[in-house]
Amino acid sequence: MKFTLSWLKEHLETDASAEELADKLTNIGLEVEEVSNPAEALAPFTIAKVLTAEKHPQADKLQVLTVDAGTGEAIQVVCGAPNARAGMIGVFGAPGTYIPGSDITLKVAAIRGVESRGMMCSARELELGDDHSGIIELPDDAPVGNAFTRYAGLDDPVFDVNVTPNRQDAMGVRGIARDLAAAGLGTLKPLAVPQIQGSYPCPVPVTIEDPEGCPAFFGRAIRGLKNGTSPEWMQRRLKAAGQRPISALVDITNYAMIDLGRPSHAYDIAKLSGGLTARDARPGEKVLALNEKVYSLEPFMTVIADERQVHDIGGIMGGEHSGVSQATTDVMLEVAYFTPERIARTGQALGLTSDARSRFERGVDPAFLDEGLAILTGLIIDICGGEPSAAVHAGTPPVEKRVIDFDFARTKALGGIDVPEMRQKEILENLGFEVAGNAVTVPSWRRDVEGPADLVEEVARITGYDKVPSTPLERAPGVAKSTATRSQLLERRVRRTAAARGLDEAVTWSFISEGEAAAFGGGEWTVANPISEDLKVMRPSLLPGLIAAARRNLDRGAPSVRLFEIGRRYLADAEHPTLALVLAGERRPRGWETGKAQPFDAFDAKAETLALLEAAGVAVDNLQLFPDAGQTWHPGRSATLRLGPKTILAAFGELHPSLKKSIDAPADAVAAELYLDTVPSGRSNGRARPAYAPPALQAVTRDFAFIVPAGLTADTLLRAIRGADKAAITGVRLFDRFESTDGLSLAFEVTLQPAEKSFTDEQIGEISRRIIDAAEKLGARLRS
Amino acid sequence: MTDAETMLDRIAAAENLSELEAVRVSALGKAGSITALLKSLGSMDSEGRASEAPRIHALREQVTQAIAERKSTLENAELERKLATEAIDLSLPAPEGLSGTVHPVSQVMDELAEIFADLGFSVAEGPEIETQWYNFSALNMPENHPARAMQDTFYLEPREGEDEPRVLRTHTSPVQIRAMEAHGAPVRLIAPGRVYRSDSDATHTPMFHQIEGLVIDRAITLGHLKWTLETFLKAFFERDDVVLRMRPSYFPFTEPSAEVDVGWSIEKGRRVVGGQQGWMEVLGSGMIHPRVIANAGLDPAEWQGFAFGTGVDRLAMLKYGMDDLRPFFDGDIRWLKHYGFRALDVPTLSGGVGA
Repeated sequence: MKFTLSWLKEHLETDASAEELADKLTNIGLEVEEVSNPAEALAPFTIAKVLTAEKHPQADKLQVLTVDAGTGEAIQVVCGAPNARAGMIGVFGAPGTYIPGSDITLKVAAIRGVESRGMMCSARELELGDDHSGIIELPDDAPVGNAFTRYAGLDDPVFDVNVTPNRQDAMGVRGIARDLAAAGLGTLKPLAVPQIQGSYPCPVPVTIEDPEGCPAFFGRAIRGLKNGTSPEWMQRRLKAAGQRPISALVDITNYAMIDLGRPSHAYDIAKLSGGLTARDARPGEKVLALNEKVYSLEPFMTVIADERQVHDIGGIMGGEHSGVSQATTDVMLEVAYFTPERIARTGQALGLTSDARSRFERGVDPAFLDEGLAILTGLIIDICGGEPSAAVHAGTPPVEKRVIDFDFARTKALGGIDVPEMRQKEILENLGFEVAGNAVTVPSWRRDVEGPADLVEEVARITGYDKVPSTPLERAPGVAKSTATRSQLLERRVRRTAAARGLDEAVTWSFISEGEAAAFGGGEWTVANPISEDLKVMRPSLLPGLIAAARRNLDRGAPSVRLFEIGRRYLADAEHPTLALVLAGERRPRGWETGKAQPFDAFDAKAETLALLEAAGVAVDNLQLFPDAGQTWHPGRSATLRLGPKTILAAFGELHPSLKKSIDAPADAVAAELYLDTVPSGRSNGRARPAYAPPALQAVTRDFAFIVPAGLTADTLLRAIRGADKAAITGVRLFDRFESTDGLSLAFEVTLQPAEKSFTDEQIGEISRRIIDAAEKLGARLRS
Repeated sequence: MTDAETMLDRIAAAENLSELEAVRVSALGKAGSITALLKSLGSMDSEGRASEAPRIHALREQVTQAIAERKSTLENAELERKLATEAIDLSLPAPEGLSGTVHPVSQVMDELAEIFADLGFSVAEGPEIETQWYNFSALNMPENHPARAMQDTFYLEPREGEDEPRVLRTHTSPVQIRAMEAHGAPVRLIAPGRVYRSDSDATHTPMFHQIEGLVIDRAITLGHLKWTLETFLKAFFERDDVVLRMRPSYFPFTEPSAEVDVGWSIEKGRRVVGGQQGWMEVLGSGMIHPRVIANAGLDPAEWQGFAFGTGVDRLAMLKYGMDDLRPFFDGDIRWLKHYGFRALDVPTLSGGVGA
C-alpha cells in the first residue's frame, strides 16, 4: 500500500514529519517498508528563464541560449530543443548535476565549439514523463531561481506500508490516517460526502442471484460524460502509489480505492445488453479480463453479467468487453459488497491477484456503500461532467455490528501493560469503537476484531509495545532440569561421534527426484506442486541426497568425501529418524609412508556403523550380521546388523552396481544407514554401574587356527568359539586369514580369564577341546 | 716405568671396548698380572704381606677405576656414533588424522536447547508431513483464509481414504497443538525442525529450519514473552547490547501478535547483531489466540500463553556470518569444514553456548 504525504494530509491534520509518521506507523503495526522522496533526485534543478536564444554558429539544429537561473548572471547554454526561445521559463540543471533520465552528470563542455554551462531539461530527462520533444515549459509566473521540485509539488514523500491480511481498514489512506490520529499524531479530518441528486431513473437494472457471494450491489448510471485524462494532481498521486494513469474514469475508481479502500467498477453502458446480475458463474463460462487474459470460471465464483455475457469477475477484475474507453459517454457504476471467503477462493483458484481482490478479500467496509457511491459519483461529475441517475440498491450489505463484552483488566492480564480504563476507552473510541460500560461495539470497518484479545491488541499497539514491561518467567527452584528426550540424546551422541570420527555433517533436501526415489524402492509421499522435478518425492532413504552431495564434491575435485546426515525417512507408516553416511573417493591419500592412495571398502562402512551403534548405546557384541542388505546393495558386499532376526539396526556395505549407474553414484562409494528409532533403550538402573573389581590374576591367551568350509562366516565361527566356555573365555579375536592349500584358514586369539586360581594345564586342555568341538560342529577343523 | 704406569697407558690407549676388555683380562683376569700379584700375597710372610698388600690393592683399585672410566668414554663415543646414524627428518608429515564437522543448523539447535533448558523449556517434535488441520485449521487458519495463501504451501498427492491431502508443514506451529494435546497445561517447550515453503532465492529455500516456542500457564502475558525473547536472544548472541523492538503485527494463531526486530550494527565492515544502527526482523510471536487454545483441547478461559517462531538457519547466519542460505543444503565439504563445528564444541552453560 503506497501513498504520499500530501495524500495522507487530505485526511489527517498533522505537523508531524514523514519520518515521525513512518516510525509511528511501524510502531502501531502498519509496518513502513520504505519512505522515498522522488524530489531528492531532482533537488538541484531550478526554475530558469531563457533571456536570449541565438542560432548556433556551427550547427543548424542547436541554439545558444543565455539563461537566468536566479544567480544574477547570464549563463550560456547550448540547447537542441526546438521549443527553446527567448522569454520562456523552464527547468535548469547546472554543471555537476546528475540527470536521472539520461544517466549522465553535467559538465562544462564545448558543444561544436561553443561553451555550454548547464542544461535546460525535458520531462524525460527528469523522469517525469515520456516527453522528449522539447524542454519543459513552465507558466510565466513560475518563480525564477526557486527549486523546481517545490514549485511542481514533487516534494512529496511516498510511504510504502506492508498491510497485514487482517487490516481491511488500512487498505485505504483514510484508514491509515485514522490509526495515526488515534496514536496521537494528528486529527482525522471529517470526510466530505457530496449529496447527489439523480435526475432520472437508473437505466440499467441490477439484480442479485447469488446473495451469498454478493450480498449487496449498489450503483447508478452517469450519462453524457467525457472520459479524458484525469487531473494532474490525481495522476501524480496514482503514479506515486504505483498505478499507471489510464483514463479519467479508471483513474477515479483507482483513486477512490486507494483513498478510501473502496473498490468499484465502471461499465460502458453502450456495451451492455440489458441489466446487470450478480450470479454464480455457469460451468464452462469464460471471460476476457482487463489484464487481457481469458479466465475459465467455475460455479463457486461470483460474476457480474448482463443478458449476454460475463462482464466482471466479481470483486477481482473487470472484463475487457465493457471496460470504459475514451469514447465512453455513459457509464454504470458498481459499488458492491463481495463475501471475503468467496473472493479468496476465487482468486486462489484463478491465480489472479488485483488491488480489488486484496481489499474485498480482507473485507471492505459494508457500511460504506452509499457514501462510496456518492463520493465516486461526485468525482466523476467534477472531472468528466455528465448527469447522474438515481442510485439503485440490490441486496443488503452485512452491517450488523459485533458487540464485545470487554473486561478492561484483560489489557493487563493478557497484554501485561497497565493502561487506565479511561485511556483504553479513549483509544478504542479514537479507532471508531463505541464503548458503553463493558460493551464495546466494533466499527464496520474492523471485521478482524472478534473478541477481547483483539481489543487488548488495539489498546496495546496504540499505547506502544515498547511500553510493555519485560516480565521474567517464573523459574523453577534449583538447578535447571535436563529436558532432552531419549531420541534427542541419541541423535546428539551419534552426531558428535560421527564428527569425531572424521565425518562431515550435511543437511540435504527431504525431497528427491522420482528417479532417485525409485532406485531406493520408491517414495510413499509425492509433492503435488513441487518446486522442481528434482525435489518431488519425500525420500525413502537419506542415501540419494548424500550420494548426490558426494558426487558434487568429487566433481569439484575433493579427493576424499566422508558425509553423514541425520534426518527422517518418510515411509507409509511414519517418519523415521535415520543416520546415513557415504564414504567416497580415497580412504587414505597417497603418502610417503603408505604408498599409493587407498579406496574405501565395505569394512570402512562397517567400522563407522559399529562405532556409531556403540555410541548409540547398543551392545555391539550382541549384534548379528545378516549378509545381503537388500536390492539397493551389492548382494555379496553388504549386510544388515540386527538384534534378533527382526530388529534391523543398520545396513552397510557397497551399493548395488546398477544403482551406481541409475543415480550416478561415485564408483567407489560405500555407505551405511542406521535406523535410529530401532535402537533399543538401555535398561535404566540409575547412574550407578554394576559392581566390578579388576581380576587379580592375569589372563592368558591361546591361538587356534581352523580350516573352515565354504559358506561359514567368520562371525559365526567366532561366536561359536566364544560360546564354548562363557565363564572362562572373555575375548576372541580373529587375527589371521589366508587361503591355504587345504582351504580357508582363520586364526583366532582366545583370551582366558582365570577367576580365583590360575588355570591348570588340564583345565586349559579341557577348554581347548570344547573350542575345537564347537568349531567342528560348524564343519571347521583345527589346522595341523 | 712401573707396571702400574704401563697398565694405565694401555687402558688409555684402548681404541674400543674389545681392546679395553683385552687389557682388563691381562690385568684383572684369572691369569692377569694384578691377579697374579694378589695371589702372590698368599705366599708371603706376614711382614712382607703387610708391606705389599696395600700397594697391590691400591694398584688394583687404580686399574679398575681407569678401566671403568675408559669404558664409559668409549661407550659414550659409541652411542654418539650410533645416534648420528639414526637421525630422521621430523619435518616429514605425520599420519593425517581425520576431523569431521557438525552442521551449523545442528549446532544452533543444540545451543537453543541448552539456553531454553535453563529457562525450563523441554524439546518437542512433530511430523513434517502434516494434516491441514494441524498446519492450518487448528491454528485459526480456516480454508480459504488468505494466510494460507501467504505461506506457499507444498501439498502432497492425496492418499486413499484421506479427506484432504496432507501438506509439508509450513511452520513448526502445528507442534503447539500436538504438544498441548499430549501434555495439557501448564507447558513450556521448544520445537525445532524442518519446514517447507515453495520459495527459492538467496535467503529462501524450499526447505529450512524453524524453532517454535510455547508457554501455556494461567497468568502469562505479553510482558513474559518480551522477557523470554530478550533473555534468549542475549544468551544466544552472547552480547548484552542486544536490543529488541516488538512491533504489532498479524498472525492468525496469535492475538495480540508481535513481530520482533533485533538491532544491528556494523563491526569491522560486517553487520552484526547488537547495537541499534538498524533493525532486522528475526521473530514472529504473540499471545496464543483463544481459538487455538480451544482447538488444542484446553479451556481458553483458564489457560493463556505465548508462542514464538524463528528461523534456525537465519539465527545461524546472523551469529556465524553466512550470507547465503543455499549452501546450507548443498553438502559442499569445503563449506562444511569452514562453517561447521568440531565434535567437542558442545554448547554448555558453563562453557558458553557459542563456538
